[in-house]
Amino acid sequence: MSVMISTLEAEQMVPDRKNFCVGDTVKVHYRIVEGKTERIQVYEGINIGFRHGGIRETFTVRKISFGVGVERVFPLHSPRIERIEVVRRGRVRRAKLYYLRQRSGKAARVRELVGSKKA
Amino acid sequence: MIAIIGKKHGMTQVFDQNGSVMPVTVIEVEKNLVVAKKTAEQNGYEAVLLGHTVQKSQRLNKADLGQFPDGAAPRAYLKEMRDFSPTCEIGQELGLEVLEGVRYVDVAGVSKGKGFQGGMKRHGFGGGRKTHGSKFHRDLGSTGQAAWPSRTFKGQKMAGRMGGEQTTVQNLEVLRIEADRNLLVVRGAVPGPRGSRVIVRKAKKKA
Repeated sequence: MSVMISTLEAEQMVPDRKNFCVGDTVKVHYRIVEGKTERIQVYEGINIGFRHGGIRETFTVRKISFGVGVERVFPLHSPRIERIEVVRRGRVRRAKLYYLRQRSGKAARVRELVGSKKA
Repeated sequence: MIAIIGKKHGMTQVFDQNGSVMPVTVIEVEKNLVVAKKTAEQNGYEAVLLGHTVQKSQRLNKADLGQFPDGAAPRAYLKEMRDFSPTCEIGQELGLEVLEGVRYVDVAGVSKGKGFQGGMKRHGFGGGRKTHGSKFHRDLGSTGQAAWPSRTFKGQKMAGRMGGEQTTVQNLEVLRIEADRNLLVVRGAVPGPRGSRVIVRKAKKKA
C-alpha cells in the first residue's frame, strides 16, 4: 500500500480503541442521530470476531434479544462509537466464535477469563 | 479550464462528519512542469503543455530533451491542456494550488484492460436464459437483416477487446486538497490501475 494511503488511514484511526478481545462481553456506546437530536445507544453482547483491515477493521457483537440471536457489525474506528466498555473478559480458544450461532441457552455461554493475561 | 496531471495511488475509505463510510480515491499530484505554451497567433489555439514525472535525461533523446525549458528536469509524460486558465510561465511548476476552491472534478485515465470480452460484459447485452431448455446463453443474437442490407453494418456491437481506453469519470467530489503533501482525495472511483497517470480537471457540468 502506498505510504500516502497508509498515513491517510492512520490519521483516522482511533487510538486505544481496541481495548477488548474476542469472547469479551462489551457495551458499545453508539451515537445515533434521529432528525436533529442525538443520543447514545448502548449495545451489549459478546464480541464474536474481528475482521482486520486497518481503518476498515470491524467487529461483530452477538446478543440474544427476546429469544432471537442478533448480530451487529461495527466499524472499529467509526467516529459514531463513543466508547467501548468491557463488561466481562471471556476465555476462548479461537479467533472467530461462529460456533455460538449453532448453540442456544446455557451451551451458548463463554467461560470467563480469570486473572492473568492483559487485554 | 483548470487541469493537472496526477498519479492514482489507490482507494481507501474515510468517515464523513456523520460517521458514515465513504469510498475515496487517493491521487498524488506532484509538481507539473509548464513545458511550453501554445498561442492563438502561433499555433491557432491556446494551450499549455504540462509535464509530469521527472525523468533521467539519458532516457530521452535529444529531440525530446530540446523541448524542455533550460534548467528544468525533463519529464516522462507530457499532456497538452487546451484553454488552460491559471496564469503560468514556461518553466514554472504547478501543483495542487491550481485546484484551490474547486469542489467537483472530472478525472480521466486509461481504464484497466479487460482482454477479449463477450457482448454481455462489453456492451451490457441481456443474453438468454440459463435453463428451461434454453440453448441461447451469452451469445450476441442477430447482427443484421437478410434481404436488405444482407450484410452486417460497420460498428455493430460485438465481442472484442475491452478496457485499456481513455475514460473520464465526471463530477467527483473533492474531499481534501493538501498542496504541501501533494495529496488529493476525491469521492468515488477513478479509471485505471494503481500507479497510473490521471488527468484531474475542474468539473465541466457541476460547480
